[in-house]
Amino acid sequence: MKPILNIALPKGRLGEKVYAMFERAGFGCPSILEESRKLIFENEEAGVRYFWVKPSDVAIYVERGAADVGVAGKDILLEYAPDVYELLDLKLGKCSMCVAAKKGFTDDRNRTLTVATKFTNIAKAHYAAEGRDIDIVHLNGSIEIAPILGLSDVIVDIVETGTTLKENDLEVVERFVPISARLIANKSGFKFKTERIEKLRESLAGLVEEL
Amino acid sequence: MDNILAIMSAEERAAFSLCALYERAGYQKYRMSKFEEYALYVQNKDFLVSENVITFTDTDGKLLALKPDVTLSIIKNTRVKNGVMKVYYKENVYRVSKGTRSFRELMQAGLECLGEVTAETVIEVLSLAKKSLDHICPENLLEISHLDIVSGVLSAFHIGEEARAEILVHLGEKNESAVRAVALREGLSAEQAALICRLVTLYGAPEKVLPALKELAVTPEIAAAVAELCAIVEGLAALGIKDRLIIDFSVVNDMNYYNGIAFKGFVEGVPAGILSGGEYDGLLKKMQKKERGIGFAVYMDELSRLEQMKGEA
Repeated sequence: MKPILNIALPKGRLGEKVYAMFERAGFGCPSILEESRKLIFENEEAGVRYFWVKPSDVAIYVERGAADVGVAGKDILLEYAPDVYELLDLKLGKCSMCVAAKKGFTDDRNRTLTVATKFTNIAKAHYAAEGRDIDIVHLNGSIEIAPILGLSDVIVDIVETGTTLKENDLEVVERFVPISARLIANKSGFKFKTERIEKLRESLAGLVEEL
Repeated sequence: MDNILAIMSAEERAAFSLCALYERAGYQKYRMSKFEEYALYVQNKDFLVSENVITFTDTDGKLLALKPDVTLSIIKNTRVKNGVMKVYYKENVYRVSKGTRSFRELMQAGLECLGEVTAETVIEVLSLAKKSLDHICPENLLEISHLDIVSGVLSAFHIGEEARAEILVHLGEKNESAVRAVALREGLSAEQAALICRLVTLYGAPEKVLPALKELAVTPEIAAAVAELCAIVEGLAALGIKDRLIIDFSVVNDMNYYNGIAFKGFVEGVPAGILSGGEYDGLLKKMQKKERGIGFAVYMDELSRLEQMKGEA
């Protein structure tokens, strides 16, 4: 019997797209498509077990070995720097890590810049590289309203189309990292299930080429 | 005696059996004081797994620390007259754990060889690393890298300091596309970038990887490192160690301290490496010592998971 490959997928639209790719790559698990509130799905024959987890938790499941492989956004990998292998860019869920501010904003370098963000580490690293003195306001959502309410000068967040920004009278000041979904693997799991994970990566790489 | 073993935790049993293994191999137990002068860690803070150290002031005003690491103390406190000094230890160290961001006491066992380290010494240390893993769990793997091959390839293409650091990070992630992107950004041709990417894609059993390394040997230095790696694998085979060895260049230790052979040990069911080691001539040089050095540590704290899993099975 094949050893079971544990796969953590991000709940939501991106996860569904990712699962479709995995299925086409030969790692299907039909029960996952049934309407239910279950979070774990297994296909013993194919030797796979899937679980849906919060997108920002995928990297933790993989780093801690609860999942052998998973799919996580580059934003999460940059923010939490988990000790995992990053095997493939799936080129799904493409967006950019951006600095945005109220329209017409100009940075006054004479004073500390207040930055509202979910991605504290990314924001710190970005401004440290520029030698800019900043203060961080950590928020968990609705980051866009921070500059409007005067909570911050700018925000650092992922931007896909920019519609939310536009509707809130904000604009992108700078796009600094391209983001997309990545196939990641636990370092120990990769060693003991090398062949299966390599096969998964190769099949997925073939599908990415077609995109 | 059986009763005593029964009440020990997996960590303790493993630690004692490792100590017995090193003792039989002719290594001497190294006893160290609980505290170390803080200055030692400040000077070598990049060598530490985590920068944070628990400090306190001694009665004479000296700033002391609870050891976050054992290797630095052994190097600092020993003088090798001639030949090789071989020691082993079983010690508690104090480090910040990633999950809780607070200090934890961790048990660690390991060994160090200081002095005239030869190819035989390297082979002996690797064989003891492999035997340590065998003691802990039969389902294990020892992965070996040669840092001079990695740094040789990067130097051959005149990769700058910053890009070098980036490539090493991506090499550690087995992130082929990112390594290629950095190489291309540095002005390398597609073929040259592809050669650097081979460092990511070339891994696996020695019989598969070693013959393929010739293509990487674009300078005499790299060729010498490749030959050294081949000789070491042969030496291990002569000792009967052939299986469950992997050549993998994603084992990247800090090149300011480490050089030559670097290795990592994994056992099935434990998500992170439980054994880590390598040659550290760079560290010795930084500490103004003329000797060469090689050693490894086994992190015992992860082993409780293994026992838990066995219990569940």
